[in-house]
Amino acid sequence: MYTKDDESYFIVDAHIALWDARPENQRTIHGKQFIDCFYDYHRNLSPESEVWSYEEYLYQGGERLMKDLFEDGYVDHAIFQPAYLGEFYNTGFGQTEEASALARAHPDKLTYNHNFDPRNGEVGLEQLRRDAERFDLKGVKLYTAEWHGDSRGWKLDDPWAYRYFEACQELGIKNIHIHKGPTIRPLDRDSFDVADVDHVATDFTELNFVVEHVGLPRLEDFCWIATQEPNVHGGLAVAMPFIHTRPRYFAQIIGELLYWIGEDRIQFSSDYALWTPKWLIERFVDFQIPEDMTEYAPLTLAQKKKILGLNAARMYDLDVPAELRLPEAEQDAGEPDVGPRQPEAADLARA
Amino acid sequence: MGAAPAPAYDPGTARREEAYAALGQVMDPELDEPITDLGFVRSLELTGEAAGDLEVHLRLPTSFCSPNFAYLMASDAKDVLTALPWARRVVVELDDHHDSDLINRGLAADAGYLGTFRHEAEHDLEELRMTFRRKAHAAAMERCLTGLLRRDPDRPVESLGGVTLGELPQDRYAGALRRRRSALGLPDSPDAPVLVDHTGRGYPPEEVPLALRRARSTRISIDGNAHFCRGLLRTRYPGSDADQVPRPDGAEQADDPTFIPLTTLVPAAAGTTRR
Repeated sequence: MYTKDDESYFIVDAHIALWDARPENQRTIHGKQFIDCFYDYHRNLSPESEVWSYEEYLYQGGERLMKDLFEDGYVDHAIFQPAYLGEFYNTGFGQTEEASALARAHPDKLTYNHNFDPRNGEVGLEQLRRDAERFDLKGVKLYTAEWHGDSRGWKLDDPWAYRYFEACQELGIKNIHIHKGPTIRPLDRDSFDVADVDHVATDFTELNFVVEHVGLPRLEDFCWIATQEPNVHGGLAVAMPFIHTRPRYFAQIIGELLYWIGEDRIQFSSDYALWTPKWLIERFVDFQIPEDMTEYAPLTLAQKKKILGLNAARMYDLDVPAELRLPEAEQDAGEPDVGPRQPEAADLARA
Repeated sequence: MGAAPAPAYDPGTARREEAYAALGQVMDPELDEPITDLGFVRSLELTGEAAGDLEVHLRLPTSFCSPNFAYLMASDAKDVLTALPWARRVVVELDDHHDSDLINRGLAADAGYLGTFRHEAEHDLEELRMTFRRKAHAAAMERCLTGLLRRDPDRPVESLGGVTLGELPQDRYAGALRRRRSALGLPDSPDAPVLVDHTGRGYPPEEVPLALRRARSTRISIDGNAHFCRGLLRTRYPGSDADQVPRPDGAEQADDPTFIPLTTLVPAAAGTTRR
């Protein structure tokens, strides 16, 4: 919970990781390149006081994670979204055993989402069934740019992926988080293309599809799809820290999201350990759309509360203390399922 | 003898400038900017007796920049340099990328995109290139029309569907738009409508607000991404800000490399992450 100016916010960090990128776990040079790339993101977008050393960045462990998120970071509940990256790291990038054990030890604070790879065929499908039971899965994180033998990527609408989504529906794994950000492959297709989300969202209406990184750097493609598909949501991983170095760009991202998909389908996340949640939450609560950006309406308190936690809490059936909920009337914005949310703010002149 | 002799004509320097100018024609398709402005040209050397041998090294903001874009820029760079009349042997290499070896081998052998990536690539890159030309056009169009709205807030947005090229102020925004239009084969006459899709189709008044709105989100994406990539390059290669030409569109304080020298924040770690 975070409290500022007598207002209290229920915080859900919807995208975190417990990773191990230390040299002994790096399987190839790509393991080093991958964490170096993350570290450059971290250095490039963080305030000076929040920059970690490279060694700290390679691995944090459960104890530090608990402190950064729950003691220092105001977070009420966090959700693991692990990337496997088995071609880059000996035991994978996200640490399945350590993270899931931590979630078991703190069921009120942590949810463990796992991952699958449809290129594992029948064997992987059986594994998914076992994983669903073992971890009591409510969600998965999918990384379509994952390398896998000769293959360097897959699409959500590949036939085998459909078999896995059918299994998800059957197993009650409702929340499908998809990494759509800086990726590697597939090659001749645009690696950032979000078109495959459109197909699966239409075909699996019982599932929620959370596009992480709100499709950046293809924000407009994401918005256009999410506008038409009521079960497509936007995760703010990696978009959040722009609030520091590029606040006007951040305002535009939030403004566009509110216009195209509305306040009920946006989720805060720190993408820990890319960044820690504390400063992001503090700054978001203080944040406002710059006055000269008349094309966007100012952010309301209810919108901030929804984005910081209430939206993800609803998706994951988390228990929100009564005093941290919104009044009934404000819980649902009463927005249409599809189409732009704020048609009256469609242009500058009328704002 | 009085005055010092005039410096000898240095063909190396003139050719170097010519080669650099040629590289300025190579665009990052996604960021809609020349690779020279972005600081992606790491080095340019003229070698060999006749100074007709060229070696260029390119660098990108991360190891994981999309390989298809990386290949496009590197092969375009080789093409423009090879086209110089005096060029003899042209070597273009991409440094520090996860596919550097593959791409550099492919470039050296002039294997083309399909030949370079073989089973991983099914189609060539023209369609991808075209997608980003369309986006660049949408963004340039939005900058011009939003400029009109900013100057005249009382103008009904629906009226923007009727604005022609001749009505735009002849500033750099209009110039950029006309270049993007010509890349798509759209008309350049003063009476041509500004707000059109990539095929030249205009919009009836009721569709204008949404069309402008979509173009705006495209512009925001490109501007934001361009500044992010520029910042990442400066983080990855300290000192590379000296090679970047400032991008005014969507600029913020943090884009000024003199504002927050991020690379100086963690001097102890810098040595461990650089090669």
